[in-house]
Amino acid sequence: MTSNVSSPVGRPRRRTGLGARTDWWALAMIAPALIGLAALYLWPFVSTFLKSFMNVPVFGPGKFNGVDNYTKLLTDPEFWQALGNTALYTVLVLIGIPLAIVFAALIQQVSRGRAVYRVLFFLPVVTLPVAVGMVWRFILNGDFGILNFVLSLVGIPGEYWVADARFTIYAFAVVGIWMGLGVNLIILGAGLQSIPTELYEASSLDGANRVQQFFSITLPLLSPSIFFVTILTTISAFQMFDLVFVMLGSVNNTALPDSKTIVYLFYDAAFVQFKQGFAATIAIVLLVIIMIVTAIQFRLQKRWVTYD
Amino acid sequence: MHKKWLAAAAAVVSVGMLTACSTTAAEPESTEPVTITYGLWAGTQTPAMQAIADAFHEENPNITVELQELPWPQYWSGLQTGAAGGTAPDVFWMLAQNVRPYATGGQLLDLTDAVAEAGVDLADYPQAVLDLYDQGDGKLYGLPKDFDTNAVWYNKALFDAAGVDYPAADWTWEDFRAAAKALTNPAAGVWGTAAPIDYQGGYYNTIFQAGGQVISDDGKTAAIDSPEAIEGIKFWTDIMADGSSPTLQQLSDTEAETQFEQGKIAMYMSGAYWALKMYQNEELRPNVDVAPLPTGKKQATVTSGIENVAYAGTKHPAEAAKFVMFASGPEAAKIQAESGAVLPAFKGTSQTWMDAMPEFTNLQVFIDALDYAVPLPVQGNAAEWQGMQADYLTAAWNGETSAADAAKAYAEAINKVLAEG
Repeated sequence: MTSNVSSPVGRPRRRTGLGARTDWWALAMIAPALIGLAALYLWPFVSTFLKSFMNVPVFGPGKFNGVDNYTKLLTDPEFWQALGNTALYTVLVLIGIPLAIVFAALIQQVSRGRAVYRVLFFLPVVTLPVAVGMVWRFILNGDFGILNFVLSLVGIPGEYWVADARFTIYAFAVVGIWMGLGVNLIILGAGLQSIPTELYEASSLDGANRVQQFFSITLPLLSPSIFFVTILTTISAFQMFDLVFVMLGSVNNTALPDSKTIVYLFYDAAFVQFKQGFAATIAIVLLVIIMIVTAIQFRLQKRWVTYD
Repeated sequence: MHKKWLAAAAAVVSVGMLTACSTTAAEPESTEPVTITYGLWAGTQTPAMQAIADAFHEENPNITVELQELPWPQYWSGLQTGAAGGTAPDVFWMLAQNVRPYATGGQLLDLTDAVAEAGVDLADYPQAVLDLYDQGDGKLYGLPKDFDTNAVWYNKALFDAAGVDYPAADWTWEDFRAAAKALTNPAAGVWGTAAPIDYQGGYYNTIFQAGGQVISDDGKTAAIDSPEAIEGIKFWTDIMADGSSPTLQQLSDTEAETQFEQGKIAMYMSGAYWALKMYQNEELRPNVDVAPLPTGKKQATVTSGIENVAYAGTKHPAEAAKFVMFASGPEAAKIQAESGAVLPAFKGTSQTWMDAMPEFTNLQVFIDALDYAVPLPVQGNAAEWQGMQADYLTAAWNGETSAADAAKAYAEAINKVLAEG
């Protein structure tokens, strides 16, 4: 009896020992990932946050200057213009989602060669943005572009789509939609396939036509996928940089000053003007903006997204 | 336990930082074979640079030079992150408007002693280019690789078609403007000239020709709003108003140099660096000639040049310094000159450059221009204030505001940048 009493006392102690070893091993196993995460994500984030309150020369340590960077940024008309450009671009690119739904539904109807269509739509996604931007620059060239040539055939006078600040954001949006279509199609296509076919069969017995089915079955059941795609598209649209850089970034494009996006401002500050602290501030402000927009979207989803 | 992990992580990180420790070029050369990297932006010069690297290796079998090419748009961001992270090339190309943060930030190897020891005579290089890189700290951070001055490239066929006389060597602003007007033929899609908002090949030259300056002598304030400088800007806005140039939008879509090669522009004010590209265009070649810049109140051209510099964080400082001196030296200059890609900075090698393009008979104007050349203004954070030119000058070019008002607004913006140091 007595020995039985003593053993439970000893056991927990041994178990702690074993437990600690398991912890150690577990930590050792995930260490590569953990260190990578800390070094590549956590530390840069903390460092960016700190730098946003500093004046940082391109090389060497920075000096804290309080909220100077933030006041400078928020009182800079260029920032508000860039924010406006970015917001307009985001709204325009979201038009790509209904487009993707329609294409996804159409591809779903295709009986043979569905994969071929998916690949074709996905090609722009895996093409280098720089190459995409260059090709569209040729297409949209005001004097020699294909688009203006086609327009001239039907008697519409062309414009300088990528050299006139009135049109540049729209030009970016067209390319942005085209580039994003592939990813959206894959996600929405998967969503479509998960909708049970019995629902369509049952509703056609009740006399529902295709259009009614689309609005009463497809859309509601697809809404979680649509929501997901909307969040992704919004976030990536707010971070748009490559199209401005490639389509307008050449020397002396006079549309550039009025066509900048927020991330372009960031690039300009960090890599052209050598102001890392100010660039960090832009990054943090963009992060806050994206967080607010995403939070609003999550709030609004309750009104239109149906789960089950 | 967590502290241990943190310590381990910190150790990993600090190893990376230690490699960025500064070194001096005075360290002895390694006897083991070493490889150093040479960073440059991609373009027509690559074959010549490879030939220079090979020639250096032949002379120094122990040292291999590997070219590291980056496309121009990524060159500066790549170099900046490379230098901050300790992975920049051992030797690389530098531009005057970008050198300051690198020099003052301790990223460039001090070559003063190495150059003195090797007996390099700085008088062999254009003083204006050396001045551009002088940080006023008595240290030498690099050696000039090439230089460029500006002149007027013109298309003889378009002059003939319009019945306009070729530019005379002593022509004036009025002659230029009149010729531009006479050469413009909207029906044929031909413009007399191109007037992009281009500081180095364009309006800085005319500002100096009008007796103005871009930045004041003490480097602390802008001078671009002085009456003389405004005259220099007006030279271009007048040409735009005359309709003698494509619009800024057209020049944004298709660069002026491309339009010149397409035979749409008769006169293109720009640098010597286009010579080889135009020479290689065989259809265009017989029609191309070059004239000195027209004279305003006086003759003037801005000049600049690339320097070869070495990275302070290099593991092979002695070898890097040696290569800088070689790549800017007489033998490398000859290789560059023979390729025709660029005008070498080393004195006495320009004839070889001209001989590389025998059908261009007037290239001498680029060398003669050194007599009246002024250094490109690069005071303060030059990359920042030069980058703002389109924000302030576009309206004047489009005729929406006067040259004086645009210059005044731009000067205020430049002053803010200069005040930040």
